Amino acid sequence: MKTESKLEKILESGQLAVTSEAGPPRGAEPEVIRKKGEMLKKFVDCCNVTDNQTAMVRVCSLASCIILKELGISPILQMTARDRNRLAIQADILGAYAFGINTMLCLTGDHQSFGDHPTAANVFDLDSIQMIQGVHKIREEGTFMGGAKMTVAPKMYIGAAANPFADPFELRVMRLAKKVAAGVDFIQTQCIFNLDKFAKWMQMVCDEGLDQKVHILAGITPMKGLGMARYMKNKVPGMDVPDEVINRLKGVPKEKQADEGITMAVEQIQQLKEMKGVHGFHIMAIEWEEKVPEIVERAGLLPRPQVD
Amino acid sequence: MIVAEQKPLKEIINMVSPFKKLLIVGCNECVTVCHAGGRKEVEQLAAALSMAAQKDGRPLEIKEVTLERCCDPEYIEQVRPFIDQYEAVLSCACSVGTQYFADTYPTKWALPALNTSFMGGSLAQGIWAERCAGCGNCILHETGGICPIARCSKRMLNGPCGGSTGGHCEVNPDIPCGWQLIWDRLVALGRIPDYAKIMAAKDWNTSRDGGPRKIVREDLTI
Ligand code: SF4
Ligand code: SF4
Repeated sequence: MKTESKLEKILESGQLAVTSEAGPPRGAEPEVIRKKGEMLKKFVDCCNVTDNQTAMVRVCSLASCIILKELGISPILQMTARDRNRLAIQADILGAYAFGINTMLCLTGDHQSFGDHPTAANVFDLDSIQMIQGVHKIREEGTFMGGAKMTVAPKMYIGAAANPFADPFELRVMRLAKKVAAGVDFIQTQCIFNLDKFAKWMQMVCDEGLDQKVHILAGITPMKGLGMARYMKNKVPGMDVPDEVINRLKGVPKEKQADEGITMAVEQIQQLKEMKGVHGFHIMAIEWEEKVPEIVERAGLLPRPQVD
Repeated sequence: MIVAEQKPLKEIINMVSPFKKLLIVGCNECVTVCHAGGRKEVEQLAAALSMAAQKDGRPLEIKEVTLERCCDPEYIEQVRPFIDQYEAVLSCACSVGTQYFADTYPTKWALPALNTSFMGGSLAQGIWAERCAGCGNCILHETGGICPIARCSKRMLNGPCGGSTGGHCEVNPDIPCGWQLIWDRLVALGRIPDYAKIMAAKDWNTSRDGGPRKIVREDLTI
């Protein structure tokens, strides 16, 4: 084992991992995080905490991770390069590890123009690949990104995101290969709605042998209804929502659409379980965390494995 | 070249309102090419400011002059014989020129008539676009001749983010995705494997992050 990470233990044991996401609140309300944590605790192995998601200010990922940790949940610290230069990134990692947080996700981050501070200066000192490389260097060499020796080097289990649906498609597997070369341990993918395209990407990933080098968790997002599906299709860059998804939701009455969305997510997990290279699921129920237990249960992913 | 555009007229009128005697200076270089601060624009601006002053019943005397270059001490000196007759210089040069006036004539207000925007070039008549962020250590040879720093909204060095869609940047569909452009070039040049190379964290020291920059050519100094 490279780290103490629960996620590493589960993935290395060959079992399917289940992670999900907790979005911190837009106010100093620790109870909100605790409530989400309690809800998810028995149903997922680890819980990602988003970092100023869509460039909207929220309780910081690090503080939220500490709160989850206190509840006995293994948190995944999401960290974007948008808001931090390499000094801030490393300082946060040291701080996180000091609290026993040993799993993180390296992201470039949504551009600030999407959020509620579009006039903010951004940082983008590193990109996600350079961040992975840096965190890997800290773990393996015990040195800061700048080269100086650390007293105690945080041993982070390193994750990153991959979007098989963004353009140019031909480059997407090479980009994953670059993340692998930089030292990533696990990948959580963008929400999958177009299963065919995902299968094609996964096939290419396996052809390159990348499934042997990195654990891929398939991104699952349940649709709350037709409105959300349409929004995702038309408004969210890099999202691929095929017409079948829209039509299927259209085919059920409005009050049944949320249930249909859950059923679709469950079916998707069933199908993906069989796909070579898929080592787990990352369930992103955007502000709908209360549905995660149902999805996990119906998808036959319970009970979650016990690792020490 | 340096690309600039004139500030909104209202803002300029406001800026010059305390002054009765104004020297408006244009520049024959970049800002002439991008139609922001050449002889023609100086003329038009002078006329507009006179009219505005008249309307408000303010006295305003304007002298117009357009120098060969405003980022060069030699040319800046050309206004010395008459600058004392004016209270302020309204510079239609880029902001470098404006600062040259401030530096050279410490007792004169130097006012910017333009917003200096970026280093770029002309795409078509009336359209200019950014091409370089002046990072001080060019990597275009590694990216197919397209700059990921100036042309990717997140200045990513290792490939496109997950928001790249149909060749457009996630920030705005009017912005071409810089990394799509780089990729297209690599494909066209038959250099796809080049993409696999990880570009290490950049040394931004040669960029603005190292403090104000200066180039000294010993061979040219006297
Ligand atoms: S790499 Fe640097 S110098 Fe070269 S075009 Fe880009 S910003 Fe300008
Ligand atoms: S969409 Fe393209 S240009 Fe825009 S931030 Fe992402 S990689 Fe950069």
